[in-house]
Amino acid sequence: MSGYADPGFDTLALHAGAEPDPSTGARAVPIHLTTSFVFESSDHAAALFNLERSGHVYSRISNPTNAVLEQRVAALEGGIGGIATASGQAALHLSVATLMGAGSHIVASTALYGGSQNLLHYTLSRFGIETTFVKPGDIDAWRAAVRPNTKLFFGETVGNPGLDVLDIPTVAQIAHETGVPLLVDSTLTTPWLMKPLDLGADIVYHSATKFLSGHGTVVGGIVIDGGSFDWDKSGKFAELTAPYEGFHNMVFSEESTVGAFMLRARREGLRDFGACMSPHTAWLILQGIETLPLRMARHMSNTEKVVQFLASHPFVGRVGHPLLESHPSHALAQQLLPRGAGSVFSFDMKGSREQGKAFIETLKIFSHLANVGDCRSLVIHPASTTHFRMNDEALAGAGIGPGTIRLSIGLEDPDDLIDDLKRALKAAEKAAGKAGA
Amino acid sequence: MMIDVQGTPLYAYTGTKPFNPAQPTVVFIHGVLNDHSVWILQTRYLAHHGWNVLAIDLPGHGKSGGEPPATVQDAARTVIALLDAMGVAQAALVGHSFGSLIALQAAADAPDRVSQLVMVGTAYPMKVSPALLDASLNQPYKAIDMVNVFSHSTLAPPPSALGPGTWLHGGSRALMRRVLASNPKVNVFHTGFMACDRYDQGEQAMERVECPTLFLLGTHDQMTPPKAAQGLAAKARHGHTVLLRAGHSLMTENPDGVLMALLRFLKR
Repeated sequence: MSGYADPGFDTLALHAGAEPDPSTGARAVPIHLTTSFVFESSDHAAALFNLERSGHVYSRISNPTNAVLEQRVAALEGGIGGIATASGQAALHLSVATLMGAGSHIVASTALYGGSQNLLHYTLSRFGIETTFVKPGDIDAWRAAVRPNTKLFFGETVGNPGLDVLDIPTVAQIAHETGVPLLVDSTLTTPWLMKPLDLGADIVYHSATKFLSGHGTVVGGIVIDGGSFDWDKSGKFAELTAPYEGFHNMVFSEESTVGAFMLRARREGLRDFGACMSPHTAWLILQGIETLPLRMARHMSNTEKVVQFLASHPFVGRVGHPLLESHPSHALAQQLLPRGAGSVFSFDMKGSREQGKAFIETLKIFSHLANVGDCRSLVIHPASTTHFRMNDEALAGAGIGPGTIRLSIGLEDPDDLIDDLKRALKAAEKAAGKAGA
Repeated sequence: MMIDVQGTPLYAYTGTKPFNPAQPTVVFIHGVLNDHSVWILQTRYLAHHGWNVLAIDLPGHGKSGGEPPATVQDAARTVIALLDAMGVAQAALVGHSFGSLIALQAAADAPDRVSQLVMVGTAYPMKVSPALLDASLNQPYKAIDMVNVFSHSTLAPPPSALGPGTWLHGGSRALMRRVLASNPKVNVFHTGFMACDRYDQGEQAMERVECPTLFLLGTHDQMTPPKAAQGLAAKARHGHTVLLRAGHSLMTENPDGVLMALLRFLKR
């Protein structure tokens, strides 16, 4: 049953949420750079504010360009709708703040992006929300960490830094037995590689800065509500099932059987926290998404070639990608990520911090910067950058060695990437004597 | 609010407004595998503009208890019993798809209790293909996807229910799955489809309806195309037809169009 009514992924990536602009005939999605929208009448204004009619009021709450992006990502993820945010971190904060307040508790994977760990471990605890971190593959630990006030399970599809694959079906089952939803950061895999909602997750978010945008141009995030979690049945979420004085005494789960989370996240979260996305940013991310299927296929084929090269190089120790049978998540990745486990991974050189620096400084095509998911290949040496204050012992505790290198494989000719890495590895080997390694 | 209807706890969304006996009342009846929330924008508007709204979950669906109606006639009796329970002498009935047949039958059975009848996305007869009937019983998730495809006309609706950023295809699928799961004892998907398929009293019922009737139809409706309502519309004594650019899920795909048509009709 394919066709316009039941389109496939590639068609949705181009068409979901948008058709030629009815007022101008413009084929591409227009950028609606306006703060606000004219009301037809006083009654129309009141009806929009009171959620009696659908439409745009003020671009912090919603905007036509952003709405296209929100529908498109929701379509690709299999969700009921989305909310575009100022960044991936804003998307995570919006998700958490919609579901809980002081006195609540989160069970989260240890394998998280550093910014997410900071938010959970330091910042949210300052606001009375505690987090217990568990190793993503330790299924018993997820269950054991649950407290009476637990409101959320949280993990990444493939976790930092070792690409531990989250066993979403199993972790989601434990979360649901506990009466709480599973939130998943799907930034590194995108819906082209995995649809977490289909596997049992309830809410998904992205740093759209990365692969969705794909060109390293804008910072943005997006939250997608799967509409699957039954807030009434859980009984733990008065935020969604009891009258909310802050919005016309609305009971969000009564207004929408499946969209309560999305309703409150937009009507309270965007209104009060205000971490909205610029329509210009939304437009650029839409440009990226239009070629997401093509780019992801190339990201994965390039990654496979680079991983094979590194795995056979004598100066390389560990290559941390689930493509390799030696990786602890290899079998799970085959099951949950049949198209690949992403193009961001790390490997260990058999060398010192100084040799790591020499490697980085020799690269010509790989760009040395703190980002991932660009169409250009990127590299960073954690021991001399993000983690430079740590001694070798502390680094080891974080799963990082002095010669650990993180790569984000882009879309260049794969032979050129391999040649670049080959020269840099040679330079690093030569640097051994100079560095006193 | 929960209402005791002849011993059955029936849920009705009221737009968060208390019932006011001095105001006119509109009862909204959803279709197969839906619930009150498909009417959310129209009901919320009416509730804040001088109407009492009772958007029900049919018995055995969503938040309502009781057995799901096996026939259109059973469901129609529940609607009239709801009016009794609320002390409402007369109400407008608005039904979608399966719900439109229920509203029709109720208006025929108790013509003095119904002020206006609105049949949204309707057809008569409302036959369901054997393949879909079978899938609703044996492969309900697959059948949900089939219905979902047939129920929407566009990948880019105008601002829709719930509001900007909503992906209607996903919302409908999630709602149908939720309503199916809401009754672990009876497959309300199959029960509803069987009730539609077997209903053979439409023309006789239409002849007994005394109130004005609005047929609100989607120009791109593949489930109940407008021509499939022509026979019934021809039988209506005080019939009026409005075509809206939408698929079968008119209320969510074109919420403003449905609201404006309702307002014009209810204010007449």
